[in-house]
Amino acid sequence: MIDFINFYLVPALAIGSVYALGAVGISMIFGILRFAHFAHGDLMTLGTYGVLAAAAIFPVNPLLLVPFGMVLAIVSALLVDKVFYRPLRKLPTIYTVISSFGVALIFRSLVQLLWGSQNQVFGSGGVRPPLVLFDTFRVSVLHVQAVVATSVIALFLHFFLSRTKTGRSMRAVSDDPELAQVAGLDTEKVVRWTWIIGAALAAVAGSFAAMDTSAHPNLGWNLLMPMFAAAILGGIGKPMGAMAGGYIIGLAEELSSYHWIGDHALISPSYKTAVAFVIMIVLLIVKPQGLFKGRLL
Amino acid sequence: MSALLSVRGLTAGYGGPPIIEDIAFDVQPHEIAVILGPNGAGKSTVLKTIFALTSIASGTIDFDGTDLARCKTSALVTLGVSAVPQSSNVFPNLTVDENLDIGTYAAPPADKVATHEKVLHLFPDLRAKLKQPAGELSGGQRQMVAIGRALMCEPKLMLLDEPTAGLSPAYLERIFDLLLDIRKTGVTILMVEQNARQALQIADQGHVLVNGRNFASGTGKELLADENVRRSFLGGAAT
Amino acid sequence: MEWTGLFFYLVSILIAGGIYALLCLALNIQWGMGGLFNAGIAGFFAIGAYTSAILTTGESSKHLGGFGLPVFAGLLGAALLAGLMGWAVAKICVRLKSDYLAMASIGIAEILRLVIVNESWVTNGSLGLAGIPRPFGEYLAGRSADLVFLAYVWTIVLIVYFVAMRLYDSPWGRSLRAIRDNEASAAAAGKNIEKFRVQTFVIGCAVMGVAGGLSAHYFRFLSPSATDPLLVTFLVWVMLMAGGSGNNRGAIVGALGIWSLWSMTEIFTNRLPLEWITRSSYIRMLLVGLLLQVVLQKFRSGVLPEKSPPLRFRK
Repeated sequence: MIDFINFYLVPALAIGSVYALGAVGISMIFGILRFAHFAHGDLMTLGTYGVLAAAAIFPVNPLLLVPFGMVLAIVSALLVDKVFYRPLRKLPTIYTVISSFGVALIFRSLVQLLWGSQNQVFGSGGVRPPLVLFDTFRVSVLHVQAVVATSVIALFLHFFLSRTKTGRSMRAVSDDPELAQVAGLDTEKVVRWTWIIGAALAAVAGSFAAMDTSAHPNLGWNLLMPMFAAAILGGIGKPMGAMAGGYIIGLAEELSSYHWIGDHALISPSYKTAVAFVIMIVLLIVKPQGLFKGRLL
Repeated sequence: MSALLSVRGLTAGYGGPPIIEDIAFDVQPHEIAVILGPNGAGKSTVLKTIFALTSIASGTIDFDGTDLARCKTSALVTLGVSAVPQSSNVFPNLTVDENLDIGTYAAPPADKVATHEKVLHLFPDLRAKLKQPAGELSGGQRQMVAIGRALMCEPKLMLLDEPTAGLSPAYLERIFDLLLDIRKTGVTILMVEQNARQALQIADQGHVLVNGRNFASGTGKELLADENVRRSFLGGAAT
Repeated sequence: MEWTGLFFYLVSILIAGGIYALLCLALNIQWGMGGLFNAGIAGFFAIGAYTSAILTTGESSKHLGGFGLPVFAGLLGAALLAGLMGWAVAKICVRLKSDYLAMASIGIAEILRLVIVNESWVTNGSLGLAGIPRPFGEYLAGRSADLVFLAYVWTIVLIVYFVAMRLYDSPWGRSLRAIRDNEASAAAAGKNIEKFRVQTFVIGCAVMGVAGGLSAHYFRFLSPSATDPLLVTFLVWVMLMAGGSGNNRGAIVGALGIWSLWSMTEIFTNRLPLEWITRSSYIRMLLVGLLLQVVLQKFRSGVLPEKSPPLRFRK
């Protein structure tokens, strides 16, 4: 039981946090701009490398340097939206989807060009001592930090979306873009904020993922599928649903390799990614609008 | 008295052939004007054109000295024009209160609390539903939320596209009564209606459109009495 | 010597270009005609490659089979299995907005990569399959074999091209384009949209499987890295967009054009200083990504835009 918590449950919540933070952006972009953003994973990677670059200069705890990655991701996202996505906005959204594939490639090749394609670890790379609680629970400090940070972010995001003018406008545009236009809402401002929040959270998510293992150019791309699954699970255009979806996917992935029956893992850990995919497929068949009554695009 | 809204020679459509041609009419301050006509006459297109949602080929839309034909949709609310589209006119996942609040963003009223109170005074039914998502309300209540949202910016002119579409006769009368109340607060109303007879009874002016062109204009009484209008459009004898 | 070298360089470009032309034609059937967004071309390509390879290699203890069947049978199996997988994906996703089909097809491709790497009893894992035969391989060796293979590939390209042209012109193709352009009115005209879309997707996936098989036979060796989604999925999309989606000839022109460009840049980058050679592939990827954006914004209809075939009425 203790092993279960130490080696399965806590890591599951940590990876769930990563998915949750990534899925929020995907869900909001899907809801407001109406397209599946396939470059979101690579935006994550870019943000992560921003933190890495800062860590090479400032010898402090890399967590303190995450804002550098956020800024890099935000600037990149806004630039890409302006140069590549906005000119296609009047066309069927599928063109923007295709464009986002190209952007994914551009982000990844830039990372490889600037930082090389080898694995890079944060700090000294040594194993940090785990947090020991009551002599029994031994959990990674980073995992706790990830879960706490995500909870705080979720709280702020909820406040932002339900109380502020910009947040409510974002929800309104996500609900009905034409009516939002008729009501005179500033749609471009809403789009800008969508990118700012999505990119910032992507950078945080990528940094946690990279600090847990290592940073490499495929980091974000490999996380894309579970994040999409989380966004669909939570219901498109429901940021809080996407957060919950992220944790559900994270738990499902990690717990699927626990030895529930007998001594062997229920599903080989090398097929973790497939779990998210299977959940997504089942959802698309049974309940495509997600668990929290999201929109079906 | 100079008109609040003055449309002249308006020809517009959706990129293809024009849907409305050479439309002209005036709306005086503080009146209820109604646009009538058979299906496909281009009634809604007139409203959408005033709200910059179509492409205008020619013509002017003078509102209080500004040519709306040159304005973007987003600029109209700030000028004092608000609109209530026909269907899907509330944000279903936002609460009633949030829906009303959205109405103040583009052009904040001088006293938000007072305006809010004024709107709730017009629609007392909504008071108990403020925290409920608008999508869960009945059709008539949704219509009230939509009109309420449009009033939150203290507009001079409100455009309504078939405010009674799909509503029961009882609700239809309530909505029309409400429009009379709203006019009393100083708002000018221009609406498109299918229920021509009832609409003409509350309207000061009616404009009949046929095949995208002006057919007849006059006061409600005049149009109801007009033999031509009645035969071709109101269907049969006067009641 | 220079000239024969150059000649066979050209032959190699044309062989790979032909395989890309097949992929492009297949994608054109799905996207150009049916409006179906397949983002997992690499997955169907991989199924085809592994199926054909396993069916045709000699028996081995390192992987499943091989069954020693003729190449043609291998390619047939590739088409069948890839088509079957396409059918499963299409059944689930064609009802939904195309973004979901993109996600599902990408997901399938990624999972297949996992399966290929992990299930080494079938695929020999990352060590790959060796000794994959070429068609008529028992009679030929060396460079003349390349020429025969070139003919083999382009015969298949031509067959697929003519089939695609017939499909495009047929009542079936017209219905398909009607659905693509206006789903509601096609449904009102009594077309079974879902059935048409599933059929389109399956045909396209089968052709992608054949392309995968051909590439395995060409290189005589197959490992997971041969099904890199960047080189397969992404490049094919750029080719089709540049060539002209909806136009079969455009698909072939796009495939040959972009592949030539891609190969030529290799000549230049090989002359770069050593430290830049490793990075040159990233620069090429960056440029392809940018090229796609330019095509999307400025030449959306491609070099050869779609032309609707004239209506012919029987007298």
